[in-house]
Amino acid sequence: MKFTLNGVAADVAAHPMSRLLDVLREDLGLTGTKEGCGEGECGACTVLVDGEPVCSCLIPVAQVSGAEILTIEGLRGEHPLQRLFMSEVGAQCGICTPGMILTALSLGPAPSLDEIRTTLAGNLCRCTGYPAIYRAVMKWREEEGRAGGHGGGRQGGAA
Amino acid sequence: MRTAISSLDLRRPASLEEALGILRDEPRTPLAGATDLYVALNFGTLEPKRFLDLWPLDELREISARGDTLVLGALVTFTALIRSPLVAARLPMLVEAAALVGGRQIQNRGTLGGNIANASPAGDSLPVLAAADAVLVLRSADAERRVPITGFYTGYRKTVLRPDELIVAVEVPRIAGRQYFRKVGTRAAQAISKVVFAGVGGAAPRLAFGSIAPVVIRARATERALAAGAGIEEAVRILEGEIAPIDDLRSSAAYRRRVAGNLLRRFSRA
Amino acid sequence: MPAVGRSVARKDGIGKATGAARYVDDLVFPGMLYGRTLRSTIPRGRVRSVRLDFDPAGFTVVDHRDVPHRNVVALIEDDQPFLVEREVRHLAEPILLLAHPDRERLLAARVEIEYDAEPPLFDPERSDQVFKAISIVKGDGAAALARADLVIEGTYRTGHQEHIYIEPNGVVAVPEDGGVTVHGSIQCPFYVVKAVRCLLGEERPLRVIQTETGGGFGGKEEYPSMLAGHAALLALKSGRPVKMIYDRVEDMVATTKRHPSIVRHRTGVTRDGRLVAMEVEVILDGGAYVTLSPVVLSRGCIHAAGPYRCDHVAIRGRAVFTNTPPNGAFRGFGAPQTEFAVEVHMDRIAEALGMDPVALRRINALRPGDTTATGQTMGADCSAHQVLEEAVRRSEFLRKREAWRGTNRAIGLSLFYHGAGFTGSGERTLKSRARLELTPAGVRIAVGSTEIGQGTRTMHAQIVADALGVPYEDVLVAQPDTARVPDSGPTVASRTCLVVGKLLEECAREMRERLGPLSPAEYHARHGGFTVERMYRPPDWIRWDDETYRGDAYATYAWGCDVAELEVDPDTFEVRPLRLTAVQEFGRAIHPALAEGQIEGGTVQGLGYALLERVVMRDGAMANAQLTNYTIPTTLDTPEIDVVILENPYPGGPFGAKGLGELPMDGPAPAVVNALRHRGFDVREIPATPELLADSAPGP
Repeated sequence: MKFTLNGVAADVAAHPMSRLLDVLREDLGLTGTKEGCGEGECGACTVLVDGEPVCSCLIPVAQVSGAEILTIEGLRGEHPLQRLFMSEVGAQCGICTPGMILTALSLGPAPSLDEIRTTLAGNLCRCTGYPAIYRAVMKWREEEGRAGGHGGGRQGGAA
Repeated sequence: MRTAISSLDLRRPASLEEALGILRDEPRTPLAGATDLYVALNFGTLEPKRFLDLWPLDELREISARGDTLVLGALVTFTALIRSPLVAARLPMLVEAAALVGGRQIQNRGTLGGNIANASPAGDSLPVLAAADAVLVLRSADAERRVPITGFYTGYRKTVLRPDELIVAVEVPRIAGRQYFRKVGTRAAQAISKVVFAGVGGAAPRLAFGSIAPVVIRARATERALAAGAGIEEAVRILEGEIAPIDDLRSSAAYRRRVAGNLLRRFSRA
Repeated sequence: MPAVGRSVARKDGIGKATGAARYVDDLVFPGMLYGRTLRSTIPRGRVRSVRLDFDPAGFTVVDHRDVPHRNVVALIEDDQPFLVEREVRHLAEPILLLAHPDRERLLAARVEIEYDAEPPLFDPERSDQVFKAISIVKGDGAAALARADLVIEGTYRTGHQEHIYIEPNGVVAVPEDGGVTVHGSIQCPFYVVKAVRCLLGEERPLRVIQTETGGGFGGKEEYPSMLAGHAALLALKSGRPVKMIYDRVEDMVATTKRHPSIVRHRTGVTRDGRLVAMEVEVILDGGAYVTLSPVVLSRGCIHAAGPYRCDHVAIRGRAVFTNTPPNGAFRGFGAPQTEFAVEVHMDRIAEALGMDPVALRRINALRPGDTTATGQTMGADCSAHQVLEEAVRRSEFLRKREAWRGTNRAIGLSLFYHGAGFTGSGERTLKSRARLELTPAGVRIAVGSTEIGQGTRTMHAQIVADALGVPYEDVLVAQPDTARVPDSGPTVASRTCLVVGKLLEECAREMRERLGPLSPAEYHARHGGFTVERMYRPPDWIRWDDETYRGDAYATYAWGCDVAELEVDPDTFEVRPLRLTAVQEFGRAIHPALAEGQIEGGTVQGLGYALLERVVMRDGAMANAQLTNYTIPTTLDTPEIDVVILENPYPGGPFGAKGLGELPMDGPAPAVVNALRHRGFDVREIPATPELLADSAPGP
């Protein structure tokens, strides 16, 4: 199975119906993607496939053949959202954080609070009650706006 | 407890023709966005072992207009419906329904054909299609037939789809009356429906409900009564005789009955 | 610059945002097996036979006969076994354990268990098996009730609540040095030590290491002892590391939940609104084993009369047996149940008197000098009136209450308090310890308190930095590893700042004395390292009698007033929260952003408790054990939350801080239900689902 993972070509020998989540965590050792429910409710397993957030626990790996996949590791700790999630306390226990950040990357350049809430509705957080997450996302977009509006779009600052 | 993946088999056709050829030769469960089937897999309740992957079939992703008919390919995702100006213009109630299916992650993967084929009485798009008098295009290697969505379901999770057939498209005739959609779910987002209602206004109103019977229903007797000039309270009484809600984990029969009536009242006021 | 009072960079670093933080399911050990639990499928009866319906070659199989020492999960009472011997008391009770290197084969293994079923008991009101009974008496309630102008009665009910930490329970047990090391998602590593040591015997080396933990809320307080014991048994028998991670369904069906409650109030008042007598009966459904129910009941009863002055109070409580999985610790620990009841009851009293709910509370809320139900005299740390007035002012409560009458909008409030630390003599018994170590790398905190998202590491480091007079960045925090840190008591009961933080402050001040004018690095270079360890001693003035439940129940209390504004859809009875004002006083915020996060997060859990979160029990177990059918709030279910932190530094706490973690859970449910009452729904229970509202609404 060939696909692009975090900007690098990947080729894994996995059963075509293996869950993308398991291939990432176990075959490729990328454990930043988390499993919280197995039914597409919590969003902890969110990754971006061709720029769009999806639940990796509900995807047979065969279906990402040829696709571009971005996991939290692909941001390499360099994305401003990663820093802001920590400084704004958008992360408490942190288990939802990778999925939350990846979903937020699919937001447009100057999202309203309603757009943020709607976009993140597929990611459950039990610690923060969400406002701190909105603060992190809003600050990210404000910083980008000040910096000249680069790095927006659906792939975020990803490789 | 997850289903053992090593026991499963997946074929990946490159074209619709090849897919239909495979189905002619052997029964396989079609797999589209996997948002329902993989939940079953994760819960260990997935019974079929042999699957046919439709996801590569881009020819089923078309959204187009053929004259007065809106044609939606079976693999059109909810996200594609939400983003389509054509669907927004022709069938806005479907856009509303699509936006309330799961979170973004599910909207990106869930397909219209999958929602239809999964045959859940709570499927959010189904009342919209029923109220819109949508017709399903079913194709096998040898033939194609058209079945109105209201004739597609024969009982709880049962349909007229034959093992060698695929749903390839949904055809929606132009709608003159105003469109109305309301989903009453378990919470504000990512909710399973307790009651779903889609209505088309006009002299001969069309009313469709989900989650209040084993299959999505058109409230024909209520429609006829309203068309004949019945008052809303009489219509609600008739509606109550047409629906068969149940108590389940998510709601109660009494609540569903009452809310179905209230949604009809609200539709008639709007 | 002082660290306390500033929202400094978290000690967590960036790992949680990069995926580098290691949670238990991220750990892999060479030769690791996977473990699985076979559970009872009946709620009550006896096991007749267990038959393995698979080829056991390559499997490790463990049942109660493999227990080396004692088959009891040591906690309060010794009634709960790690593995069923004969008697089954609840559905999903562990009977047999399997381990295998291949998960598919592990899951495919079939085991036939035959039972002699017995009729189960599910109704707590019909249970005559009382785990714990509590009576709190102040004055002469019966006589005072007879003199009251008006007596208002009511029964209030709350349902189970499931924690839904997003990371389910999990551990890995690794055989080491003839014993076991357990790595896990754990709130209280020393609880695990106590329970697993009892299981395996004193002589076996045992070490518990907390991995990064994906939420707890009490749900990883006592349950991990059970899971760690299971994994340890499999690891010992197989000689290999064993990983056991519950999937969401197993986690919901088998592990603890918040105790359902039934609370009855009978209150005498004067016409002008003074409380003259309160009689309260509290019933908690404990489930099938004692676990923590006695102490949950204790906290529930102590808070049952609410933050009000009343000279004649009689509170009787009992926690009882039913054939359901044991209920346990959940943020608030009994107080959300009883404070829900008293706060809704207060609104019903106001309704009966034709008084507004603020006026009634202004008359009766505790002030310094007043005494609580247990006879504790309030000091200057009592802020009931301050939080009430600020919440009323800020939310424009009285104006909206009038303006919205007769519309679909409504507004309601709740006044609440929460005792910090263990109840009464609990902190004396715990003998918590904390240690500061002067190391070549810097000053390191060694405590058993766990970081489960709430900010333990950061908050402790801030306290130490300022007490020691060193930069916050220079303070290190050791991972909770029972081989390396002292037992600081469990990370529960809003005590991690007040009690353990205070200990660390004392350690730091002692260390500073020894350092003299030198920096830690200078001192270390000249004289080498040393450690300072202290044991907690509660304030001398605390008097408490466990027999009579009289005295100072808690060293201090935190205070809150929540105002809920919401809109009800008159056709569907769906409730949309519009705004929640949360005014809370907890001494001082060590880290304002973390404190705000605790309030926002706890408030949203409280909103879920109030409106959405319904555990459907069928045949003694949770029937809706999926996140699809047990719904917690999403972003779109969550209103704007206006958090106001009032400061009233408490001299007994570190830098004036009290405890905060649980307080925000107490207020939202009664505020929401009181708003629904304002809208005309006679609601007295939660969750207040649309179905419930439809039943309590007039016909069309």
